[in-house]
Amino acid sequence: MKILVTVKEVAEVDDEFRISGLDIDESSLEYDLNEWDDYAVEEAVQISEENDDVEVVTVTIGPERAEETIRMALAKGADRAVRVWDDSLESAQFLDIDTKAELLAAVAEQEDPDFVLSGVQAGDDANGATGVALAERLGFEWAAVVNSLDLDADAGLASVRRELEGGVEELTDVDLPAVLTIQTGINEPRYASLRGIRQAQRKPLEVQGLDDIGLDDSVVDSPVERTEMYEPESEGDATYWEGSPEETAGELAEFLRDKGVVEG
Amino acid sequence: MTVLAVAEHRRGEVRDVSFELVTAGRRLADDLGTDLSLLVVGGDVDGFAEDLNRDGVDTIYTVDEGEEFNHGVYTQAIEQLHAELDPTALVTPNSVNALDYAPAVAESLDIPLVTDVIDFEADGTVEVTREQYGGKVETTYDVDADQYAITIRPAEWPKAEETGDAAIEAFDADIDADLGTTVNGFEEVGGGDVDITEADVLVSIGRGIEEEENLPLVEELADALGATLSSSRPIVDNGWLPKNRQVGQSGKVVTPDIYIAIGISGAVQHVAGMKGADTIVAINTDPNAPIYDIADYGIVDDLFEVVPELIEEFGGEAPDI
Repeated sequence: MKILVTVKEVAEVDDEFRISGLDIDESSLEYDLNEWDDYAVEEAVQISEENDDVEVVTVTIGPERAEETIRMALAKGADRAVRVWDDSLESAQFLDIDTKAELLAAVAEQEDPDFVLSGVQAGDDANGATGVALAERLGFEWAAVVNSLDLDADAGLASVRRELEGGVEELTDVDLPAVLTIQTGINEPRYASLRGIRQAQRKPLEVQGLDDIGLDDSVVDSPVERTEMYEPESEGDATYWEGSPEETAGELAEFLRDKGVVEG
Repeated sequence: MTVLAVAEHRRGEVRDVSFELVTAGRRLADDLGTDLSLLVVGGDVDGFAEDLNRDGVDTIYTVDEGEEFNHGVYTQAIEQLHAELDPTALVTPNSVNALDYAPAVAESLDIPLVTDVIDFEADGTVEVTREQYGGKVETTYDVDADQYAITIRPAEWPKAEETGDAAIEAFDADIDADLGTTVNGFEEVGGGDVDITEADVLVSIGRGIEEEENLPLVEELADALGATLSSSRPIVDNGWLPKNRQVGQSGKVVTPDIYIAIGISGAVQHVAGMKGADTIVAINTDPNAPIYDIADYGIVDDLFEVVPELIEEFGGEAPDI
């Protein structure tokens, strides 16, 4: 059985940051494994530990820098990795949902997985749509926002819980092959062990250009164009208590006494 | 030409976001100089259509197929009605269920999709606004296409309240019964010992607490205040507090007199659950954290410095952590 996991390297923004042009300035960004994908990797690795003959392959769209993040997923137990990148992707302003789905689908078609796990969303652009768009491209079934997964590979069925709004979960059976988008909290992602990190250095990480996956640079053509990025004006009118922790805590305490929360 | 909006219901009731969708859909239709069509699929479609008949809706299409949401039924119904109406815009809520069908519909129809839209301006093409990087920036996107799909963020538009006089039409969609997914039911999660929706004062903790070992600090504060302890999502994801303590879109909606948000950045999903609090106090090191947009009072400082002082103010003793 082969599980393909989509892994994204996401940009995290410092508390103080600068915008240059249509994106946040590189100097204000740090990169990390997307939180939702971390849970997807963990879910795949747990399945591989509980079953014989399971291969976990990660696929990432990203520049060479992303290999640090990919190695992290390998250190946590994925078997090998594919990274898709080339000059046309590098020069694209941004990659829209459709482009990402097309790139990932091309790799999925080569890999022919039994199912695909993908984080519900990415922490930076938060589209929440790539996994389901990928399923449609592949002609796979799917389930979005999965927070529990019980797999019956022999029956070709995944019994999942989908986390709806307001503390309600939907119990759904999904035919395989499928793309499942994984919600945080489904498991407890492990830390990469030192041994895992050492082993990850020796695991295969294959880089593929558009040619290699049977696409050309028209894949980056998009009717969606970013036109502006700015810091939203604060809508807040909060009263700030300032001073040492003792002083601010004193202000808050007095406020709570005034409100009758605490006496004396 | 029309704007086609897809309503949402669950367990026999139209969800609030559907009435917000009417407001947003009407505005988009006005911008485009066209009419607004609604689609409602499954369950008591006639009853739902009656509820959804609000001012500004021109036509409500009903597809009487299935009881609850199934994305197989939704995708087929939407794609067929889309072919019939040829709408400029397909509009859905940015809900868990819409994210389970809208990306597939957009791929299948080969139209661009932009999700979690908080504002838009249509004039020939449409320019949409969304948030990125955890709400730290807003971005605008120009969508240069004759047809497109957008999902709109819940609670950004007011609900349409006035009754309307829409035409209601049953749409005869040809639904392939071989769906590939079967919905077996629903379950409420997070019952338990404490009902945070009943609390007058909530001390709520987020990612800023860093480690499970640090929780006694806020527990002590809650004790000293006679308050109830609640949290944002990551604390529950980590298993540090049970699900019944979670405030937010997928947790509980709370309306206490006082909500003290400690180490909570204020992601939109969290804010959805607590913005109805009477008074919001935030303690966070990041002065740009979105929580300060809705807070009434703020302390921009390290919670590990402020909370022990606060405990002492009320005669308690901060635990050693």
